[in-house]
Amino acid sequence: MADVLDLTTLDRSLAQQVTPGRWEEMLSCIQCGTCSASCPAAHAMDVSPRRMWRMVNLGLVDEIMHSKTMWLCSLCYQCQVRCPRGIPLTETITRLKEMAMERGLVRSRASAAFYRSFAYVMRHYGRMREMEFMMRFILSSNPLGALGYIKLGPILFLRGKVKLELPTFGKGRLDRLFERVAELEGRK
Amino acid sequence: MKYTFYPGCSQEGTALEYLHSTLAVLEALGVELEELEDWTCCGASVAAVMSDLLGAVMPARNLALAEQIADGRDLLTVCSACYTNFCRTVEAAADPKRLQTINQALEVEGLTYHGTIRPRHLMDVLANDIELEAIKEKVQRPLEGLTVAPYYGCQTVRPFSPFDDDQRPTSMIALLEALGATVHRHAREASCCGTSLVMTKQKVGLSMAGAVLEAALPADCIAVVCPMCHVNLDSYQDKVSGALGKPVRIPVLFLPQLMGLAFGLPEEKLGLRRLVTPARPVLEKIHNAHHATRDT
Repeated sequence: MADVLDLTTLDRSLAQQVTPGRWEEMLSCIQCGTCSASCPAAHAMDVSPRRMWRMVNLGLVDEIMHSKTMWLCSLCYQCQVRCPRGIPLTETITRLKEMAMERGLVRSRASAAFYRSFAYVMRHYGRMREMEFMMRFILSSNPLGALGYIKLGPILFLRGKVKLELPTFGKGRLDRLFERVAELEGRK
Repeated sequence: MKYTFYPGCSQEGTALEYLHSTLAVLEALGVELEELEDWTCCGASVAAVMSDLLGAVMPARNLALAEQIADGRDLLTVCSACYTNFCRTVEAAADPKRLQTINQALEVEGLTYHGTIRPRHLMDVLANDIELEAIKEKVQRPLEGLTVAPYYGCQTVRPFSPFDDDQRPTSMIALLEALGATVHRHAREASCCGTSLVMTKQKVGLSMAGAVLEAALPADCIAVVCPMCHVNLDSYQDKVSGALGKPVRIPVLFLPQLMGLAFGLPEEKLGLRRLVTPARPVLEKIHNAHHATRDT
């Protein structure tokens, strides 16, 4: 981080990008810290939510991408509904995650595996298949993580909570829709 | 009373008992449902991270399908994440430019979304569309002696809360009391269950689930209205106990399961055996209370 920030030449493009249509509200952040105080995961974050909003407004994109903060957000929306400036904070975190995914800068291997595995199953089958999703997630994040489910896995199976379904290959149920969305967003 | 019904993915898998108990209870109350044909995933917490547009298109696909058969009916969903995604999309559709882009995407599915459908959460319908008297009339085995801790979770009331307070919701109180139960109010009724952090950042996720379970412990069971909350609170109690260094054990039932028990519906229809944390203590308590009343 630069030692001295020149406030007259600040780059507002990050705020514009991650709080689309409402970036001026983002700039109105008063750094009160209600977000940090309301966040159930703040204790585990390397950069507190309050600090991260300041970084957004200062355009410090590398610092934000480097932090693990966004990957600890569980979408509880507490910061957003309590923000005295009415800034859509939780939605902004989702945009930051999107930016990190797009740039291949996900600072959490498990989170990247989670989103990719889920998106694959959703696109391929149109609906969630929990068993296949779990297998894909575990194999692509940390295969040893399967050990953590040695006790719970069989219980879930016996209770009928997860069922074995053979995977299918070939064309996915929502391929066309996903491709069309990518096209419209200019990613293809 | 009739709704278009969007079950949601979890209700075909981990939360099948939520689906079955909801159908049984709504049928008992004379509510008609028409399941949305060819529904697909709402996008969960994932589509919007993959792309902003995809996060609107996944719910919009289902909303567009629902509009085709709407006939003035609302779209009922039992999952809080589906509910939030639908509400987000209704909000996005208010911007004509955004709606146009959504429809450019839906073209490949042969669908057009107009932004006219109203998504409703099961909690809202149970608390506000159905008369409390109608519920009381159905109660055959009151849950006397049973203390229930309500748990709403986050997205049932946040960020969209047209029917309840987003900090201190109250929708379940009168309902649980109508079933004959005693309500244990606690500080974590609308706190986060940890959602997918239980998978990706397990230590943090378990501490969040643990905080909810601990707050609810003085009760005999927890009542939930979201399949995600249910997985975290019901399935991970061993891991939570390990993380907290003390045993944390409390049955977690879906609200319609408790309603079904009070209505005297057959237990197999309510899927109580599917719970990871056994519901036996709850059943015994109800059973004993009935015997006690009969004996006196």
